[in-house]
Amino acid sequence: MIKPLQYMGQGLFYALFFGVIGYFSTWPTYTYLQPDETLIKLSFGHAGQLKEACRERTPEELAKLPMYQRKVTTICPSRERADVVVELEMDGKQLYHVVLPPTGFAHSGTSNIYRRIPVKAGVHTLKARLKDHIGEEFNFMHEETVHLVPGRIMVIDFKSATGGFIFKNKNTTQG
Amino acid sequence: MTTSSSTESLARRTLLRFEGALNKIFGNDLNPFYHLGALGFFFFWVVTVSGLYIYVFYDTGVEDAFASVEYLTHEQRYLGGIMRSLHRYASDALVVVMLLHLLREFILGRYRGARWFAWFTGVPLIWLLLAAGINGYWMVWDKLAQYSAVTIIEWFDWLPIFSVPMAGYFISAETLDNRFFTLMSFFHVTVPLFILFLFWVHIMRISYPVVNPKRGLALGMLLAMLVLSLVSPALSQGPADLGIEPGSVGVDWFYLFVSPLLDKWSAGQVWALVGGITLLLGVLPWLPHRFRQIPIAEVSLKNCNGCRRCVADCPYEAVVMRPRSDGLHFAEEAVVTPDRCVSCGICAGACPSSTPFRSEADYVSGIEMPSLPMHGLRAAMTADLAKLQGDVRVMVFGCDNAADIGKLRSAGVAVMSLPCTAMLPPSFIEYALHERQVDGVFITGCRESDCYHRMGGVWTAQRLAREREPRLRGRVELGRIRQYWASSADFSGLASELESFRASLRNGRLT
Ligand code: HEM
Ligand code: SF4
Ligand code: SF4
Repeated sequence: MIKPLQYMGQGLFYALFFGVIGYFSTWPTYTYLQPDETLIKLSFGHAGQLKEACRERTPEELAKLPMYQRKVTTICPSRERADVVVELEMDGKQLYHVVLPPTGFAHSGTSNIYRRIPVKAGVHTLKARLKDHIGEEFNFMHEETVHLVPGRIMVIDFKSATGGFIFKNKNTTQG
Repeated sequence: MTTSSSTESLARRTLLRFEGALNKIFGNDLNPFYHLGALGFFFFWVVTVSGLYIYVFYDTGVEDAFASVEYLTHEQRYLGGIMRSLHRYASDALVVVMLLHLLREFILGRYRGARWFAWFTGVPLIWLLLAAGINGYWMVWDKLAQYSAVTIIEWFDWLPIFSVPMAGYFISAETLDNRFFTLMSFFHVTVPLFILFLFWVHIMRISYPVVNPKRGLALGMLLAMLVLSLVSPALSQGPADLGIEPGSVGVDWFYLFVSPLLDKWSAGQVWALVGGITLLLGVLPWLPHRFRQIPIAEVSLKNCNGCRRCVADCPYEAVVMRPRSDGLHFAEEAVVTPDRCVSCGICAGACPSSTPFRSEADYVSGIEMPSLPMHGLRAAMTADLAKLQGDVRVMVFGCDNAADIGKLRSAGVAVMSLPCTAMLPPSFIEYALHERQVDGVFITGCRESDCYHRMGGVWTAQRLAREREPRLRGRVELGRIRQYWASSADFSGLASELESFRASLRNGRLT
């Protein structure tokens, strides 16, 4: 083959090689959230209640113990914690339900959640419930009507010390 | 001796045809497909140099990271911007050449037997390279980084490593601290360093590894990359904001494909895919197949004078010299490292004791292939030559991995296919030509720059050009020898070259 043709061939090869690289380094664009969708993220850790409550030792029990052990006046039969159950309802329909076991070998750690839920944007009534004991009833509940803007991630946090659920990064609250 | 299989795979035929076209355009010595590993090194160095430049201007910090890259891209477009683009595109090219390299070695079957080592050490390189690239994209901390980081960290959370989900730290800018950026830039230096170390391990059992592409090829690649950097500079996709989901991002599909995949498949499925690919690639060299390596090279100390030619020519670092153990007055002796030998026979072709001008019928060379001893080759050749008829008798030497020379056999043509053409000591050519046993010797084997055993073609050409030991003797008429290199896809060219050689011999004799 004569030289100029070879150079043209090489140019073509390089153009193709780096054309493919240039193209696939950015395109095609990937869309994973429609323009009318947004995300709710549940993200928190919470320690469930102990499965069996600790109790005070009775004076008789204390009396039976050797002196050096009498300082500890509570006894805890087990350090095992109850599962934490979380539920999320949107406009009366259940969005999510999860049972979170405690972490750790002794099942004595916190229960952690991280969950991403895509939802339609717009005005919604969200109800979050949580139960952290072995009984039936949900002992934490929060309901709020929120305006979810497309793409804006609403975060649901939970802090038992401040009363439970906190809806963060929502756009506006009504009611 | 086996003849190349007629049931050659479609993949192999396609590859050979495509590479044949590239040979026409680039010439064999610049063919990019013959230098994919070397191109990998080349792109790695481009990434390193451009990366060092960018690193100088990079700030760690939730806000600073993005701003510092923006500064580089826009305020310093002429240099920083180009460096950033080169850094990105060379990284992408590195993935492309790595995958092509893997595919090519696979199609050509160069991963079995003693070659397992390069293959096996290549596997972790795939994931490390991807990890380094993903890490690099996070450094920018733009919307793409956010998307990639969150999805990948969610993916890792699936593994039972952390008791607290790490993705929780990526909920808002407040929970994300600057240490994340310090950690990222630490990894972005150490992971590539480890990759470089693995590169070294990867080619440890290869003699004369080609780690630099020829200048023409490197320049072409660099120039083309520069053009791409100017036409389509690497840009960021707006600052990350953990409160806002980007929803739509421009993805670098060479590195970041895992994230879209995680959108379609569950974390567990993607882990299964990664584990499955790793396992499959990892055990591939040991899966059952028809390939059988002939018994490896064997040294006969009595016939070894310690000349080191076999060490110099072995393409797989499989022969070493050790102090003499048998009391002969030579300083050293050759020793084969069994698990490195691919049974190419090149060492036997290099050994001075292989010469057929030896008197014993059952002579043994210093280093030989036990299933194809030199005295056996001499006997087979002599028998074949005695049967040749006609006015132009030619002996063809070729190799089992290239064009099937068995089909060239005719009344006037004898053939001998070896594991590698370089297993042929040049003295065999002299032997065939002496006393006019034949009128000419025709040498063929894998295409130039594409020897299945890496160095066979080069060594043969150098021996015949009298540039390398064992050299062809000066008294041989060069007009009676012809070299023509041909893969299985080039058989017709090979056949007509042989015909033209015979015609020239015929004319030479008639005049
Ligand atoms: C970017 C990463 C890689 C680079 C830079 C690289 C580079 C190289 C180089 C320079 C050689 C020597 C070539 C020669 O001189 O003959 C080589 C050989 C080889 N590579 Fe890689 N390689 C990479 C990844 C891989 C991967 C992922 C695999 C497969 C899993 C692989 C499989 C092999 C094999 C099997 C050989 C030996 C071929 C033979 O026996 O002749 N490499 N590589
Ligand atoms: S046959 Fe000889 S040259 Fe080939 S790999 Fe084995 S020792 Fe090395
Ligand atoms: S080429 Fe032959 S003589 Fe020389 S060191 Fe190797 S085995 Fe010994």
